[in-house]
Amino acid sequence: MAINPGTGSNGVSGTTSNGKPARKRSVIGKAQTKIDTRDKVRGITKYTDDMVFPRMLYAKLFRSTVPHARIKSIDISAAEKYPGVKAVLTGHALPVAFGIMPVAQDEHVLAYEKVRMVGDAIAAVAATSEEAADEAVQLIKVEYELLPSIGSIQEALDNPDTQIHSTSENGNIHRSIAYEFGDVEAGFAEADHVREDFFFYEGNTHLALEEHSSIGIWSADQKLTLHSSTQNPHYLHRTLAKVLEIDQARVRVIAAPCGGGFGGKCDPFNHEIAVCKLSMMTGRPVKITLTREEVFYCHRGRHPVLMSMKIGYKNDGSITAFHNRTVADGGAYGGHGPASMLYTGVLQTTTYKMPRYKFQGARVNTNKAPCGPKRGHGTPQPRFGQEVQLDKIATHLGLDPAEYRKSLLVEPHSLTANWLPIATIGLKKCIDKVVEGSGWKQRRGNLPHGKGLGIACSAYMTGAGTAIYWNAMPHSGVQIKLDRSGCVAVFCGVTDIGQGSNSMLAYIAAEIFGIDPFDIRVVSSDTDITPVDLGSYSSRVTLMAGNACVQAAERAKAIIVEAVAPKLEVPAERIVFEGRRVFDEEDPNKGMTFAEAVILAETQFGTLGTTGSYKPPKWPGKYRGAGVGPAPTYSYCASVVETDVNPHTGIVSVPRIWIAHDGGTSINPTLVMGQVEGSVYMGLSETLFEEMTYRGNRNVVHKFPSFLEYKSHTSNDMPDIITYLLEDPEPNGPFGAKEAGQGPLLPIPPAVANSIFNAVGVRVDEIPITPDKVLRAIRAKAKGQEGRVGPMRFPEVPYPDPIVVATPDDRDHVVATGKEPVGATK
Amino acid sequence: MQLVNITINGKAFEHEVEPRLLLVHYIREKAQLTGTHVGCDTGNCGACTVVYNGKLIKSCLMLAVQADGSEILTIEGMSQQDPEKQKNGLHPIQDAFLEKFGFQCGYCTPGMVLNTHTLLKSNPNPSEHEIREALEGNLCMCTGYQQIIESIQYAAEKMKAGK
Repeated sequence: MAINPGTGSNGVSGTTSNGKPARKRSVIGKAQTKIDTRDKVRGITKYTDDMVFPRMLYAKLFRSTVPHARIKSIDISAAEKYPGVKAVLTGHALPVAFGIMPVAQDEHVLAYEKVRMVGDAIAAVAATSEEAADEAVQLIKVEYELLPSIGSIQEALDNPDTQIHSTSENGNIHRSIAYEFGDVEAGFAEADHVREDFFFYEGNTHLALEEHSSIGIWSADQKLTLHSSTQNPHYLHRTLAKVLEIDQARVRVIAAPCGGGFGGKCDPFNHEIAVCKLSMMTGRPVKITLTREEVFYCHRGRHPVLMSMKIGYKNDGSITAFHNRTVADGGAYGGHGPASMLYTGVLQTTTYKMPRYKFQGARVNTNKAPCGPKRGHGTPQPRFGQEVQLDKIATHLGLDPAEYRKSLLVEPHSLTANWLPIATIGLKKCIDKVVEGSGWKQRRGNLPHGKGLGIACSAYMTGAGTAIYWNAMPHSGVQIKLDRSGCVAVFCGVTDIGQGSNSMLAYIAAEIFGIDPFDIRVVSSDTDITPVDLGSYSSRVTLMAGNACVQAAERAKAIIVEAVAPKLEVPAERIVFEGRRVFDEEDPNKGMTFAEAVILAETQFGTLGTTGSYKPPKWPGKYRGAGVGPAPTYSYCASVVETDVNPHTGIVSVPRIWIAHDGGTSINPTLVMGQVEGSVYMGLSETLFEEMTYRGNRNVVHKFPSFLEYKSHTSNDMPDIITYLLEDPEPNGPFGAKEAGQGPLLPIPPAVANSIFNAVGVRVDEIPITPDKVLRAIRAKAKGQEGRVGPMRFPEVPYPDPIVVATPDDRDHVVATGKEPVGATK
Repeated sequence: MQLVNITINGKAFEHEVEPRLLLVHYIREKAQLTGTHVGCDTGNCGACTVVYNGKLIKSCLMLAVQADGSEILTIEGMSQQDPEKQKNGLHPIQDAFLEKFGFQCGYCTPGMVLNTHTLLKSNPNPSEHEIREALEGNLCMCTGYQQIIESIQYAAEKMKAGK
């Protein structure tokens, strides 16, 4: 069941510039079909692996079978002689290191000195068939000098001398950070109660159904084209030029239609670079399509995170201070890791009033597949801990967990302790919706033993405030070309990974020009042809590319008005675009078709084209690292989860989930609903089933590198999801829109945990919540012990000294009294 | 090499193939019908679902030589199913998925559509529970299945109404 209460501004335009009452919207806010759907239902969409080029070769990679070793020798001689083989590549030919973040350049296309995980690529073969490439790969011989392997956070901390990367900060600590916003100890001293809880969140992976695929084409004019299943063609473009040591202007990346991403196709991957190099060596197109096992090695999924959360609170539940410590298991490489690590702490302040906040975070390297950005990027783990801890406080103080959360909410248009700018916040309404929908007040506490209701809330960025590499240029650009046929072409670097970003651009342009979305041609994700959009990550696309599109379309519209108004002898502000016509608002018969209006404008001004761009506002924090966390606005979410826990088996089933999302005004509510439900799915599946675990005995081999054993929810496991969209407009978003793709995942894991507590009175402070853990907690409780399963301790982590930053309140205090607050710095 | 004759979407194909060639690769590479996708290599995800002699199968779990002499329906063949019900080049099931937003990235969609087609043939009025049961072998990571189930319920209505 899906409910859209439509309480917001549907049908009311926010874009009129003449101050008159807005006209009814014809596209925005409606369940418009996506522009690429006909191809998809007919199976004719060409994903990367569906593309074939003349004389194309097929590539395969030789991958390490050991987790940590120095490479003594690589023998490719037999592979080179194998029939059909056209080239064999080893890492010596590509010595330039890369990584998506400038601070984490620790990956090589092919390892040649050291391997750091089972699955590390060492050699690449291009042959006339996939079979020949595969057979030739099996003839490659690598001699290793084995090194001790690191398989867990604790092992990484305990064995600094077995260093996986010499570039790490300290032993196997890849990166670490510490901030203190306001005097946290003073906050604990003010509290009536202080508690500390430990949590663990196991890693898990994206499971996008399409296995990664890429085709590199080096052409006779010395230009490189890469077709790839990627979410971020722009960063890939830069990486290819860097590693292949060719001019960026000679590199073109085209993101093909993508069979799911969820963050798993954000990093530039070694196979993408390898096929380009192989094409340069052979002069022929080279394709690689990974097997599912190889996709598990690419990973870049959820970091396993160990957390300690210490909180001070008053008798009324208000928070006086919060101290959050995290250690993330990053796996073998950096990737997005420095950002992931920061995200295990920076957004903790965005939902509830928290006057003082201390965060210490670290990311260690282990000999496992590298972790990175999976939907929610670093924030589901601490959100789980924080929301479960609040539930424990509510129990301790005898408060209703929903009402308690409502009493804590941050104010709209305020600054958090760590200087994040809160814009609109609809969280109170979200809580009310799910409380009402679930019958929370009547049912909770009156359910039989084994049945429970739990609540949790969340916030998520609508677009990161900073690009991944520092630059002052726009984050998204749109070019619009008006054709005398009446067709409008929208060019933008956005990458449609299924979320519907191409359609989003068509809806916005169609709304502004008063035409049908199918009159629009969207040309996207081609680094030669489309203006830069940074990529499909951090829930940034609708807000940033959408705003750029609004600007480009409004500029084009102004040009048309300039031609049409004098012709119709009507003041410019009375010209309306609607129903494929351009006409006088007061006399709709006085007008012309949209195509005629374009012809008039082209006759008068020449070829018609406009651009639009978007850059997020400058963030208010001035401390080092203040660029991570700020966003033009945050989405908010509340969810109630109903559970049915079998006290004899520990099996948890979830019959129903209520979720309310403040994603601003929906550009297309049905697509937003799909994002919310998809997020709930992914969140629930990782709460109950999914874990990226490895075999013990220090061989560090994947336990489950296949769909056979790594289980996710099927249609049969999924509960009924009842979705409420708030639809309150956000002034910073295009037509009032915020994000929807990631935030709704966040409340699910803690809401499930809280619901289980309500059902059977035990705490599983660990994700995934599998039946064995539930049963262990139930049995412990039955024996009179603490009914809890979860980490019992938090390791000693050599965090750096905190960067001490005055909170905005401290600053106001200084302004008001002239006295420096304790612990403040300039 | 072995000679195989396979009828796909009513069209006869004949190829010399290696005995190890999987049916899914035969369909994609020899018959060049790329609407049948590969997602997991282990028969779990259902992206490679096709109809084999009237039965729903995963074409990554069968060799091309085993399919010798068979009749196969892939997503591309849906344009010939129930000709009287086709509208604007779409089968009512495809139309239902389109109208009810039964997919996001579209990678699982061919399998979902063929699954629905087979389900509705044997059970024109499936309950939500029966739909969930029938879909269990076709994974979708995007939608949470909600909009797929709504699409299938709508498809059943459309098929009955002859739309």
